[in-house]
Amino acid sequence: MADFFSTPLGTFVIILAQCLAVLGFVMISLLFLVYGDRKIWAAVQMRRGPNVVGTFGILQSVADALKYVLKEVVIPAGSDKAVFMLAPMISFVMSMIAWAVIPFSDGWVLSDINVAILYVFAISSLEVYGVIMGGWASNSKYPFLGSLRSAAQMISYEVSIGLIIIGVIISTGSMNFGSIVHAQDTGWGFFGWYWLPHFPMVFLFFISALAETNRPPFDLPEAESELVAGYQVEYSATPFLLFMAGEYIAIFLMCALTSLLFFGGWLSPIPGLPDGALWMVGKMAFFFFIFAMVKAITPRYRYDQLMRLGWKVFLPFSLVWVVFVSFAAKFGWFWGIFARWTTGG
Amino acid sequence: MTVFAFYLFALCTIVGGLFTVISRNPVHSVLWLILAFLSSAGLFVLLGAEFVAMLLVIVYVGAVAVLFLFVVMMLDVDFAELRAGMAKYMPLALLIGVILLMQLGMAFGAWETSEIAATQLSAPAPLAAETQNTAALGLLLYDRYFLLFQLAGLILLVAMIGAIVLTLRHRQDVKRQNVLAQMYRDPKKAMELRDVKPGQGL
Repeated sequence: MADFFSTPLGTFVIILAQCLAVLGFVMISLLFLVYGDRKIWAAVQMRRGPNVVGTFGILQSVADALKYVLKEVVIPAGSDKAVFMLAPMISFVMSMIAWAVIPFSDGWVLSDINVAILYVFAISSLEVYGVIMGGWASNSKYPFLGSLRSAAQMISYEVSIGLIIIGVIISTGSMNFGSIVHAQDTGWGFFGWYWLPHFPMVFLFFISALAETNRPPFDLPEAESELVAGYQVEYSATPFLLFMAGEYIAIFLMCALTSLLFFGGWLSPIPGLPDGALWMVGKMAFFFFIFAMVKAITPRYRYDQLMRLGWKVFLPFSLVWVVFVSFAAKFGWFWGIFARWTTGG
Repeated sequence: MTVFAFYLFALCTIVGGLFTVISRNPVHSVLWLILAFLSSAGLFVLLGAEFVAMLLVIVYVGAVAVLFLFVVMMLDVDFAELRAGMAKYMPLALLIGVILLMQLGMAFGAWETSEIAATQLSAPAPLAAETQNTAALGLLLYDRYFLLFQLAGLILLVAMIGAIVLTLRHRQDVKRQNVLAQMYRDPKKAMELRDVKPGQGL
C-alpha cells in the first residue's frame, strides 16, 4: 500500500483526497454558516429565525440548497447566455480555489507555496469578475448598475487590503502563511500575536474585508432598497445558489485570513494549551459571528461615502502604517515586536 | 506532468489571444484577454517565477482588466456597422502591417549583442532552493537598480498627475458633504428648543 502512494497515480489519489477533504469542510461549514448567520440576525431582531426543518431548524440550509437545485433555471431572452452561466461558476470557483493555500494547522495545507498571501490576494481580486460578468450578461439596468458599483468598490478596497498585508509581510519577512503564524508563536500566547503590534490595521482589515465581500454595511452592489438585488436580479435556481455560496465562502475565507494574519491561526491563546486545528476553526467561527453581527446592527453606507472611506481614509492611513512598520522593523523599535525574522521563516 | 501543464497553458494563451482579436463583442474580447493573462501567469509559475505570476494576476487581471471591462461595458457602439467599413480600410491596414514587419525585420537583421549582455546571460542564476523569488527580485530592484526603479516610479507619477490635471473639473454648483465639518458640529449650537405658545407662533 505504501508503494502505491509513491507512484504518480497514488500521489494523484492523495492530492485528490486532500482537496476533497478541504472542499467537504468548506461546503459543510457553509451550510451551518448560512444557518448561523440567519439565527444570529434573527436573535438581534428578536425573531426566532429558521426553526422548522430539523432540530432548531439546523437542516434549513440543506433544504434551501435542495430547493435551489431542483428549481427551474430561468435565462433571460436578451442575455448573453454563455457569460450569464459562466458568471456564477466563476464566483463559486474563485472563492473555492483560494482555500488551497490556507493552513488549518501546522503543515495542514494543500499547497505550501512561498507566495501564499499574494495568491489569496490575486484570487480575491478575481472574485469581482463573477459580479461584473453576471451584471453585464443579465442585460438589464439594475444588475448592470450593481456590477459597476462592485467593480469600483472592490478595486478601491483591495488597495488598502494590499497595504495592510504588506505591513504583516514586513514584520514576518515571508509571504508564507506557515511562517506568518510561526512568527506569532512567541510564548506570550494571546498577547504575542500580530493584533497587538498591528492594532489599528486589524480594524481596517476587517472593514476592508466587509467591503471586499460585499457584506453590509457595504453591500451596495446588491442593495435591496435601491437596486432590488443588484447583479443577482435575473438569477434563479442553481446559478443563484452558486452566487450565494461563493459569497459566503469568500466571507469565510476572509475570517480565515483575519485569524491567520492577526490572531495566530492555529496557535492557542493561552501558553501551555496545545495548538491545533480546533483553535483555527474556532477563531474563524468567532470572526464569522462578528461578520454576522455587523450585518445585523449597521445601516448601509451611501456610495460616495464608501468611496471616500476607501480612498481618503483607509488608503492614506494604511500607507503611513506601512512606512511606520518598515521603520519599526528595521530599527527594532518597541522591543522588536515588529521584526520577527528570527522567530519566523 | 509539467509538459502537459505547459501545453495546456500555452494553448489557452494562444486561443485567448486569438479570440481577443477576432471576437465580435468587445466585452468577450476583454474576457478572452483575461484568459490569456491567466494562462500566461500559469506559464510563469511553470518557469519558477511565482512572484511575477502573482503580480501579473493582481495587476493585470485584478485591476487593469477590470477597468478595461468597466469602460468597454459602457460603450454603446454598433460594432456590425463598424465592421462594415473594414473592407475599405483593409489595403491601408495591410500596407502599414507590411511596413512594420519590414522595419522589425531590418531592426533584428542588424541586431548585435554587446559583450556585457553575453556575460550577464551566462551568469549563474541563484538556486531556487536557496533564494526566494521575492527576496531576489526585491534585492535587485531596491538595491542594484534603485535609481532606475525610482525613475520609473517618477515617470508613472508624472503621467498620473498629467491625467488628473487634464480631467479634473471642479464644479462649484454641486453640494458636497464635508464629513469633518459635520463631525465637529456642536449639537448645542446646531439645535435650539423653543417653547411655542399655541396660536402665537415664533
